[in-house]
Amino acid sequence: MEIVKPDQLQELLNSYANKDVYIHLETTNGAYAAHFKEGFFNAGAFIRNVVVKYELGKVAGESPHRIGLKLPSGWIYAQGITHYTVDEHNRLLMAGLDPDGKLAVALEISETPFTY
Amino acid sequence: MIKEERHVLVVFPHPDDEAFGVSGTISTYIEMGVPVTYACLTLGEMGRNLGNPPFANRETLPQIRKQELQNAAAAMGLTDLRMMGLRDKTIEFEDDEKMIKLITDLIEETNPSLIITFYPGLSVHPDHDATGRAVVRAVRRMKESERPTLYTIAFANNTAETIGAPDIFHNVEGAAQKKLNTLNAHASQTVWMMRDMEKRLAEKDPEALKWLHEEKFFTYKWDKDFE
Repeated sequence: MEIVKPDQLQELLNSYANKDVYIHLETTNGAYAAHFKEGFFNAGAFIRNVVVKYELGKVAGESPHRIGLKLPSGWIYAQGITHYTVDEHNRLLMAGLDPDGKLAVALEISETPFTY
Repeated sequence: MIKEERHVLVVFPHPDDEAFGVSGTISTYIEMGVPVTYACLTLGEMGRNLGNPPFANRETLPQIRKQELQNAAAAMGLTDLRMMGLRDKTIEFEDDEKMIKLITDLIEETNPSLIITFYPGLSVHPDHDATGRAVVRAVRRMKESERPTLYTIAFANNTAETIGAPDIFHNVEGAAQKKLNTLNAHASQTVWMMRDMEKRLAEKDPEALKWLHEEKFFTYKWDKDFE
């Protein structure tokens, strides 16, 4: 993955619009957050291989960026995206990595299902 | 002093769970000629450490960690490694009976005299607790006279007040290099920690040496069952 170039990422988001695509969306503080810092309120969410068709995808803001996908009757968004790549399966993988290299958020878009 | 066993079954959810507090024990059993089976339930697919600049992404991490797990097994001399195909962070959401059957099948096949796993509810990560739960439930269903001993790992902040102190201490000094090699095999997870640890070991920091040379467990007590 490389650091987001907003113009290029915007073009990629456009290229998956109006197609059935598989989504991976994840936010996390890590399973150990409340162990290392007692009282920490640990929250996160994860979905994988949910199929959607978005009509508009946008990159917003300076890095860390926000990515929003407008669906016919709903929304998906992720904030904190710093890195992206298109892999050999033509999947758009976006991630937000903190300064220590730990993933805090991921949003991935693919025309074929992700593994299990 | 490490007791002779017929067969040891180790059950953990993530590649590297075995490395920190059990790899010296596993290596020592193997040196003693005790057969060891390690069932690793996931490939740590949801690991957070990708580096910055990143060395992996969410989709390539499992393959990296699979290779690291195989290298770690080789470092311990372990030949019976089972990768059970579940997904990181989902074990507690699997069907409870399915999880018990997965463990029961492993027990029936390997006929262990000892199982090493996490202590349910005192192991911090939900996958750790769910793994320990499945093992305890599977063993509880066995006839008392046929149950293998359970050595558990517990490291939640409330461990001492809940189950007291560990009762099994293994001196694994003789396997120290294998333990370090196992930890280093999981480089994607351990490279930062090991940089600090190797410095402390070089300075002969007593706590670091104790961590390297002594592994400790809580024998699971059926009269103080967790549920």
